[in-house]
Amino acid sequence: MTISFVLNDSPVSLDVEPDVPLLWAVRESAGLHGTKFGCGAALCGACTVHLDGKAIRSCVTPVSSVQGRQVRTIEGLVSRPARAVQAAWIELQVPQCGYCQSGQIMSATALLEHDQAPTDADIDAAMSGNICRCATYQRIRAAIHRAGQQLSAEQPASA
Amino acid sequence: MTIDMLEPPSRARRDFLKNSAAAVAALAIGFHWGGRRALAAGAAAAPAQLVPNAFVRIGADDSVTVIAKHLEMGQGSYTGLATVLAEELDADWTRVRVESAPADAKRYANLVFKTMQGTGGSSAMSNSWQQLREAGATARALLVTSAARQWHVAESELRVERSVVYHDAGQRSATFGSLVKTASALPVPAHVVLKDPSRFTLIGTRPARVDVPAKCDGTAQFSLDVTMPDLLVALLARPPQFGATVASFDAAGALAVPGVVKVVQVSRGVAVLAKSFWAAKKGRDRLIIEWDDAHAEKRSSAQLMAEYRQRAEEPAPSARKTGDAVQALSSAVTKINASFEFPYLAHAPMEPLDCVVKLTAQRCDIWAGDQFQTMDQANAAKAAGLDPQQVFINTLYAGGSFGRRANAWSDYIVEAVSIAKALGADGTPVKLQWTREDDVRGGLYRPMYFHKLEAGLDADRKLTAWRHVIVGQSILAGTPMTGLIKDGIDSTSVEGAATIAYEIPNVSVDLATMSTGVPVLWWRVVGSSHTTLAVEAFIDEVAHAAGQDPYEFRRKLLAKEPRMKAVLELAAQKAGWTSAPLEKGRGRGIAVAEAFNTFVAQVVEVRVQESGRIKVERVVCAVDCGTPINPDVITAQMEGGIGFGLGAVLWGNITLDNGRVQQSNFNDYRVLRMNEMPKVEVHIVPSTEPPTGVGEPGVAPVGPALANAIFAATGKRMHELPFSRAVPV
Repeated sequence: MTISFVLNDSPVSLDVEPDVPLLWAVRESAGLHGTKFGCGAALCGACTVHLDGKAIRSCVTPVSSVQGRQVRTIEGLVSRPARAVQAAWIELQVPQCGYCQSGQIMSATALLEHDQAPTDADIDAAMSGNICRCATYQRIRAAIHRAGQQLSAEQPASA
Repeated sequence: MTIDMLEPPSRARRDFLKNSAAAVAALAIGFHWGGRRALAAGAAAAPAQLVPNAFVRIGADDSVTVIAKHLEMGQGSYTGLATVLAEELDADWTRVRVESAPADAKRYANLVFKTMQGTGGSSAMSNSWQQLREAGATARALLVTSAARQWHVAESELRVERSVVYHDAGQRSATFGSLVKTASALPVPAHVVLKDPSRFTLIGTRPARVDVPAKCDGTAQFSLDVTMPDLLVALLARPPQFGATVASFDAAGALAVPGVVKVVQVSRGVAVLAKSFWAAKKGRDRLIIEWDDAHAEKRSSAQLMAEYRQRAEEPAPSARKTGDAVQALSSAVTKINASFEFPYLAHAPMEPLDCVVKLTAQRCDIWAGDQFQTMDQANAAKAAGLDPQQVFINTLYAGGSFGRRANAWSDYIVEAVSIAKALGADGTPVKLQWTREDDVRGGLYRPMYFHKLEAGLDADRKLTAWRHVIVGQSILAGTPMTGLIKDGIDSTSVEGAATIAYEIPNVSVDLATMSTGVPVLWWRVVGSSHTTLAVEAFIDEVAHAAGQDPYEFRRKLLAKEPRMKAVLELAAQKAGWTSAPLEKGRGRGIAVAEAFNTFVAQVVEVRVQESGRIKVERVVCAVDCGTPINPDVITAQMEGGIGFGLGAVLWGNITLDNGRVQQSNFNDYRVLRMNEMPKVEVHIVPSTEPPTGVGEPGVAPVGPALANAIFAATGKRMHELPFSRAVPV
């Protein structure tokens, strides 16, 4: 069947089985490969994308459930918080193998889009669903703080 | 891995490696796959380029392309290799790109493995150091000679900086790109002078990793991302017990799934091929397979450990004998003993194993995060019925490995080739995709081990006797490297134990090698993933029995091991170690290790929370890896090794029941998460020794340092792994 939604700000209509996880629809039908497969069970976060601005695990989200909604993947990151996150990731040289990092960046961006000054506890809560087997966690935490500081410096408090 | 530790190779290994080498000797450069950036750079450089050797190309557009013979799996090899070459070349770092080498042992062998191309044993930098310095210096010499001839000046009057050759007196300069054409016509010098380390401008600094930008915007290319027209996704149903085989199967249900194209049987199971992952997955779920378990491993982990425990009481081959430990123990005034039990561990890299194979009657192309290129080439050729020179390996970024991709069976690659062959070798691209469940249950685990230790103190509380018995499976047995097992000793089972650095007059280390149907493999830091824990947790118990501070006790026994002693002292100093205990509910532990000629010491601090659960709060790490090539990469590898090791000792546990693996995914094979990562501080010992590896050694000391910290905080010794079996964490 045809499922229509907005992918990275552009409308798409994909001819897919309704129960196909969004992850595979995005990868195989839409051809966007930045979102990764890690566990297939919402346990590792490698497949994290934004659905209507919220971080979700695309590996357990049937594509039929995103009909008419807004989906954003790593390829479609444009917001100021997203840019700040990616810049901080590079500045602090976060990735090692890099396979989980699209998901980490999507989770971190969703966090900063709602709160520019997250505490360590906020970061734990937002990021503990994203596994990194290279254990780049310390740098991820530092990069989220760094991106938050950058955002606050650009656009103080009221933002 | 410790292939290097075990010379000379046996005849079997020599023949194997010789055959592999001969098979690939005729290979020219195959298909290059360096990701988008490298491809773009290569395309731009097409008109003219300088190719002075197998490791670098310099383009007329000033691009510098370094050819990496080692896999980039997160450890920073691409950056490190490029740094060494670019240093001697005096290249502009911003113009340096990295591309993966084809499988060709003649040009790209790991010099530690001799004639095999592959990555492992934290050897990428150590074996490439001299080779890539010379490769860079050779290219530089050609460019300098070319400029000197053009300007009719002496080479000694020229200097090179950031890809530009300068003649200051004549106020002239030329970019690398402008010299490429004339330099290409010059003979390659046989000898080059390498830089004095005092003139290094890249080595020892923190050049940005070459792979980081693409890993922050989703463009980095992994095997998962390889696609091509008509590609079929294959999922393989493997036996529920190791050693079981297919008795019969019914594919009707699978074939009824829309998108499923074919079901084929291969030696390891039944594969479902489909136009998409989801169709292949649904198809596989609907297969009905009868398994023949006549030759399957049916024991449970508890049964195996009971057998191991019993075996430790019987005589076993000796891996180390200094003095007479048995005699010294019998006359000791104080005796201490303990045993340690280690479970099987899965590597669980973030990217579940996957690869793409395109097979015809004449040719096999493979795209994979390939770690043992020429071994995989030979195994793929055998599975395909081709000659190795007809197999072309395209090495992509690997989404982690931790040893998993470096296996003598090339398991996932051979599976994919077998499926493509069963499909008719008609050129249809096949992407074999493992799921996480396949990965956790798929075997090739870090082996289970049982360690039994006894120590004796004399009347002066000096350590006089050390007896260590190790029981477990051999990693090398049954591989082409079986011949490296000498007198019953697989050194990968005893490294870190037989090589105990403490000065003890009477030492015996024995190894009883067990056989099970569970396939095993090296896992990050190999033998030291268990031996260091046993040695360093037990020496803590000995220090306690001797009434001495565990740091001071170690330090005194390392008087003749200056590098080991230095990292121990540095870690202790930076952690603010004192013999006074921390406040109630807190504990601090220390451990030190040598692995792959790198020395690491760590101090772990824990706190018992109100809930009673133990939290790891801080790890201070000191490392001596010889010349630090990139301190930021070294720091990252220590941070990562610590997190990886902590997850394993706290929760890592693959268990068998009736031969069936009881875990399946990250819910029951638990690994470290963000909220469990301690603060890590890394201190690097300045050194001018040749560089050694950093990918694995950071894992070794964190387990025992944590065990010792838990003891300091709670009074409980950790004798069974994972620690979560004994204490709430």
